[in-house]
Amino acid sequence: MSNEAILHDQHFGTHDAPHAHEHHDHESFITKYVFSQDHKMISKQFLTTGIIWAIIGGLFSVIFRLQLGYPDSTFPWLQDLLGHWAKGGKLDPEFYYSLVTMHGTILVFFVLTAGLSGTFANFLIPLQIGARDMASPFLNMLSYWFFFTASMVMLSSLFVQTGPASGGWTIYPPLSALGEASEGSKIGMDLWLVSMALFIVSTLLGGLNYISTILNMRTKGMSMTRMPLTIWALFFTAILGVLSFPVLLSGAILLLFDRNLGTSFYLSDIVINGKILPNEGGSPILFQHLFWFLGHPEVYIIVLPAMGMVSEIMAINSRKPIFGYMAMVGSLFAITSLAFLVWAHHMFVSGLNPFLGSFFVLLTLLIAVPSAIKVFNWLTTLWRGNIRFTPGMLFAIGFVSMFISGGLTGIFLGNSALDIHLHDTYFIVAHFHIVMGVAGFFGMFAGLYHWFPKMYGRYMNNTLAYIHFWVTLIGAYLIFWPMHYEGLAGMPRRYYDFSSWESFKMFAGLNEFISFVSIIVFAAQLLFVVNFFYSIFKGRKVTTQNPWGATSLEWTTPIRPGHGNWLGEIPEVYRWPYDYGKDGRDFIPQTEPVGEHESKH
Amino acid sequence: MDLIMTNQQKRIHPHKFTLWVVICSMVMMFAGLTSAYIIKRNQANWLTFELPVIFWYSSAIIILSSFTMMISKRAFAEREMGKYRRMLAITTLLGITFIVLQAIGFYQLSGSGITLTRNVAFSFLYVLVGLHALHVIGGVITLTVMLVRVFSRKSRNYSIVPVEMMSMYWHFVDLLWIYLFVFLLMIR
Repeated sequence: MSNEAILHDQHFGTHDAPHAHEHHDHESFITKYVFSQDHKMISKQFLTTGIIWAIIGGLFSVIFRLQLGYPDSTFPWLQDLLGHWAKGGKLDPEFYYSLVTMHGTILVFFVLTAGLSGTFANFLIPLQIGARDMASPFLNMLSYWFFFTASMVMLSSLFVQTGPASGGWTIYPPLSALGEASEGSKIGMDLWLVSMALFIVSTLLGGLNYISTILNMRTKGMSMTRMPLTIWALFFTAILGVLSFPVLLSGAILLLFDRNLGTSFYLSDIVINGKILPNEGGSPILFQHLFWFLGHPEVYIIVLPAMGMVSEIMAINSRKPIFGYMAMVGSLFAITSLAFLVWAHHMFVSGLNPFLGSFFVLLTLLIAVPSAIKVFNWLTTLWRGNIRFTPGMLFAIGFVSMFISGGLTGIFLGNSALDIHLHDTYFIVAHFHIVMGVAGFFGMFAGLYHWFPKMYGRYMNNTLAYIHFWVTLIGAYLIFWPMHYEGLAGMPRRYYDFSSWESFKMFAGLNEFISFVSIIVFAAQLLFVVNFFYSIFKGRKVTTQNPWGATSLEWTTPIRPGHGNWLGEIPEVYRWPYDYGKDGRDFIPQTEPVGEHESKH
Repeated sequence: MDLIMTNQQKRIHPHKFTLWVVICSMVMMFAGLTSAYIIKRNQANWLTFELPVIFWYSSAIIILSSFTMMISKRAFAEREMGKYRRMLAITTLLGITFIVLQAIGFYQLSGSGITLTRNVAFSFLYVLVGLHALHVIGGVITLTVMLVRVFSRKSRNYSIVPVEMMSMYWHFVDLLWIYLFVFLLMIR
């Protein structure tokens, strides 16, 4: 079925719906900017919401870093900001945990899942495969509004009397299951669960739309092996999400039952405040299995889109074909498959059978193989390239650097024996922040700087972008590199104050340094936010259709594409998207038929 | 590199494909729950239970409804709109009957001492059957919406895609129930 037919068919038989393209004068403010079904607008909605969440989540980390870096100081302005959670300018220990929990939840789910996949899957899939819109624009709109509702519920949990959830972003029971256990396990935890349930619905609606769009709505000639690597990455990301989020949902449903209906799925033999609870027969380990069956694929949900965009941006700005296209696709597939088979490496010290653990060690270490393939392919793409150091390209290279540094420590942590020493220390914090957090952000920034001209028809300011890049790159290493040492020395994560521990007193100076740098890096991100919003309205205008000299389809649309993307027919595709520096030509667009005497790539 | 899908006509409609993906993700949710069930069962403190007899009747009802849904879809394909409408209505009624029977089953269970909170085995039973019932309720609501549309004079709809999707989903909740029922009968 052709693209055209599907869009016409969208409203099953009735023809009163606004039409796909060319004439959209009757679009009101509401249908254009609020309840929009245009994938490009939905993508911008995800992006803006994600940026707001990133500022909130980043600010939280700055606040708890103040406590960790300056445990003896007081900050009176904190009391103005947080009220009774920072009496006398000193962070309340209960609220410290809330901040850590919310920082993790917000960054992992709301920024690096919804903000990253939501933005770029929505924006790039139809544009790069040559479709007028998603398979179901309506579901796509619902996906955003479920995300928005989830955001509102999570936001409201910040303002309840007992504070937001505080059991860590992994919300392990029994702590999270019992309201008596801590302040954050009261209403804040219920709001967390409701918000996550809504979020899961949003991710599923989005994900299934991405999958069916990629498989069904490609333009003529766009075979699977002619898709840009971004699309492959977003495709595998969507599959991971669709298969793993429902399992988290089932875990969350059981937790809601335990919390509110008195069941004992996760609870057994608990004494709390001297009171013996009636719950019997449950197992908290069960929750860990259900949680990490999602939780592990989740880190790939974050990093795969970044990988895809980096591959694309790197090839464009090296003016060279991506090295090993099929190997790139194959390694994405391998990572996706292995992602489902390694969840228990988060549970090596939970009492897991060591024999079973050794299988998970093997499968975990196997992920190093496709990861290494990807790294080598990126490096060989750069090798002897005609590199243009645009901000997008710099962030792409920074991503590779982060992915290598963080990936290597993953090999340490994948060993169940080493994990006995390293689990729950700052080594873990350093590992996942570098390989998932910072790398995910670098991918996102690379994508934003690169596709900003397509999104808004203007450029972002380059000087600010370079400052942003260097401060972020150097800052990220200065923050997280020392944490490896702290972790190897046994410094545990999630502690409120290390100054009272004889073994960790020596890190006081290092902690202060880390906190100091994180404030600077946070300020650099605000610079990005200013640059972003300023450039939307006042940036230098894009005057050419294809400013980067790229081959893929999104650059064949008008500079400011309307709903429906292409004015006339959707262009046909004749070749893969990486014909750079071929036969003496700088680049050959995908829409150009293969010439008679052209060499094979 | 020459894998070009030239024959676009044979491709599955994207909405139907989307529904397949939805079904996959629903399967994952129930797979998660039933595997959690198996793990819990092998641990201490598990009480076995008897399923109420009425679940046999509800199984028969939902299988029957799958057949009426099938007939209804065939009738639509052959443009026998009267038959299509009748069969769709019967399917909806059977769906409602199924939910009522499940509710009676729950009522009988709690009457015989198998309550939600007494043992984790019973909790699982309630959650599994309850979540499935929610999926059936979702189907019944969609069926009702379709029925209202069919009987209203305003809209004329000749696309078979919605009917096919409805029938896919209905067969799915049917199969899901059969799976859960057999699962709960064999492993308790």
